[in-house]
Amino acid sequence: MFTARNKGRFALVAAAAGVSLALAGCATGDPLDETPDPTTEPAEPGTSESITVGSQAYYSNEIIAEIYAQALENVGFEVNRQFNIGQRDAYIPALESGEVDLFPEYTGNLLQYYVPDTEATQSDEVYAELQGALPDGLQVLDQSSATDQDSYNVTAEFAAENNLVTIADLAGVEGLILGGNPELEERPYGPTGLADVYGVEVSFDATGDATVDALLQGVVNVANVFSADPRIGENDLVTLEDPEGLFLASNVVPLASADLPQEAIDVINAVSAALTPEGLVAMNVQSTTDEQSPAVIATQWLTENGLI
Amino acid sequence: MTWLLDNVELIGRLTGEHLRLSAIPIVLGFVLSIPLGWVAYRYRLTRGLILTLVGLLYTIPSLALFVLLPAIIGTPFLSEANVVIALTIYAVAIMSRSVADALGSVDPDVKQAATAIGYSSFRRFWAVDFPLAGPVVLAGLRVVAVSTVSLLTIGAAIGIDTLGYLFTNGYQRGIIVSVLTGVVVTVVIALVLDRVLVVIGRALMPWTRASSRSERSGVTRAFTTARKMPEAVS
Amino acid sequence: MNLFADAFAWILNPGNWEGRNSIPQFIGEHLWYTALAMILASAIAIPLGWYIGHTGRGRDIAVATTGAARALPSFGLLFLFVMIGGVANRDSSVVIVLALLAIPPILAGAYAGFEAIDRRVIDAARSMGMTERQIVARIEIPLGLPLLWGGLRNAVLQVVATVVLVGFVRNATLGYPIVQGIQINRFDQMLGASILIIVLALLLDAIFALLERYATPAGVRVGRTRDHRTSSTRRRAAGGATPASTEKEKSV
Repeated sequence: MFTARNKGRFALVAAAAGVSLALAGCATGDPLDETPDPTTEPAEPGTSESITVGSQAYYSNEIIAEIYAQALENVGFEVNRQFNIGQRDAYIPALESGEVDLFPEYTGNLLQYYVPDTEATQSDEVYAELQGALPDGLQVLDQSSATDQDSYNVTAEFAAENNLVTIADLAGVEGLILGGNPELEERPYGPTGLADVYGVEVSFDATGDATVDALLQGVVNVANVFSADPRIGENDLVTLEDPEGLFLASNVVPLASADLPQEAIDVINAVSAALTPEGLVAMNVQSTTDEQSPAVIATQWLTENGLI
Repeated sequence: MTWLLDNVELIGRLTGEHLRLSAIPIVLGFVLSIPLGWVAYRYRLTRGLILTLVGLLYTIPSLALFVLLPAIIGTPFLSEANVVIALTIYAVAIMSRSVADALGSVDPDVKQAATAIGYSSFRRFWAVDFPLAGPVVLAGLRVVAVSTVSLLTIGAAIGIDTLGYLFTNGYQRGIIVSVLTGVVVTVVIALVLDRVLVVIGRALMPWTRASSRSERSGVTRAFTTARKMPEAVS
Repeated sequence: MNLFADAFAWILNPGNWEGRNSIPQFIGEHLWYTALAMILASAIAIPLGWYIGHTGRGRDIAVATTGAARALPSFGLLFLFVMIGGVANRDSSVVIVLALLAIPPILAGAYAGFEAIDRRVIDAARSMGMTERQIVARIEIPLGLPLLWGGLRNAVLQVVATVVLVGFVRNATLGYPIVQGIQINRFDQMLGASILIIVLALLLDAIFALLERYATPAGVRVGRTRDHRTSSTRRRAAGGATPASTEKEKSV
């Protein structure tokens, strides 16, 4: 029998449950935050300030960001990680507003974000123009020799069949299907660029993250693969040469807020100097083939290079 | 397997995030749908309007709603708020109908008896109507909880990393175990949450314990009876 | 409201209605995947649901499966199946995932439709000498149609919403402008595509609502003016969940 006394108990329990659930929801993190929940690391005694390091939604970029984070922690900074932010339109404002202090980026792609019709293609040109193109409040530190740029690749068999060495050699081939991320369609080095610069006609298949598999399985015959992707070497893919400079050079470069402490800058520059193209590819292998986590990979690399 | 062993901590952290972000739509949805469902039940004229509107919201696919909300209410697109508000809307859409139907299913004789004893309308709602409507409301709440946990994973497409991160990251790196783990953990959490709600329901509404068993078997009994006695005329 | 102006400009732009990646192409692809999935799912779920509804066997498993299936994250399932099946087979993988998600609501609609029929009607039919097959074909199926259409309606909404995610694996369906828009920061195409998706979903919902109402025998329709769930108040008040098909599913 449901009496007035039971009703009170019912209401009380319901209210308590509701409040505790709501509190659990409100307790950690402001739902209006634009960026994902940070994991903070404990500060070492005598530490200076806290630095927030971000990363793109790209596993390789996350590894580099983790390297930055651990290198900074090693000298006593407190590091706030906000990884997988995703799009430039989310993290560039965060960098400008100071929510994020440091971000691993790529010179060529970043330059095209600010100057879509840039003519620079060589590594040093791109870096120089990038420095000028950044808004006040942002700076780029030393660029690394490691690159991770867009490149057109074909399988070894396809290259042999059609005598392909450069992108221009694609011009005579029939039935070309280009695979890549959805954004490639709209990029200046995408299908339109291929047609304008090299006279190559392709149809486009947005294979996204499965692009390399698509190339290997014959779903597409030309694929845009990032140059640091270990699968290029693992599968004997042929990267077509780009004499006309369709692709900009894109070196790994730290993008930072203008007021990053000098001590931090020195640490990161040391990291950039030690990062080589082969080293980056090797770390990518560890992530994909060996399935190791970014933290493990970063610690190992920093130790091997004497930075920790 | 390397991935799985290496990433137990990551899975745990993402699960925590997932629970944190699921809690708000479930609780808010429940709370907001009580007045809405009550209005739909009490005022016949508004019932059609409210339920239709709520039903329309329900048909919007989640990714489309994530895009639509910033355009209408100005939340930043790539934000937790966007995802949480969208999921709350779905929760309210499901629960309002549940609450309206639940209140409508309470035996009018019981309500009349309560009024006769001396309950005022307001007290009668909280003391009689709502508790008796409880089981149906609970059923709706269970659907909301499970749906919310499942839908939250789509937030990974706009950078809100809960268990959905295991999908996008696993797909990118070609690690099937990651995606599979994400699916399994999401389902487990949803089902556990469902069970928890059932247990809470039984604790708060002790009278439902005995009847639920007999009600379910009642239907099957009718089948078997009908099959065994083909000549019987009812 | 500038955003909406841009979105409508994108929708109405004639350049988006011809050639590659046109709106009609996306809509067509969207409907194609939906249709394939619905047909596959119905072929499996309707006969199975009718069997469960008629014989009462396997009902508990069916109810439990329907409940658990709601928990399946479609996003993850899609990637999982595409990865397992390989990129070359992504279309088949997609259709299989869509069908898997559509089966529970259709199944529930099928067996709930049979269960909702007054037992006395079945008894009367048996006493008249109708065979089991006749009972199923002439009585249970027609009387069960309204709830079956309801289940199909839930399923089609589920599928249409999941097809949006195909934009992550192919440049097809209305999901692609959204996925691409996220990467190139073009909100007009994202919002435009979202609006089109919503309109498509609402249209399909309306069509199936009409089918639920009118694609049933006239005699059945007459008896359904009252919501059957409120008729048996004692059963309600005593507890227990409502039939699975009348609960809306939302997994995408």
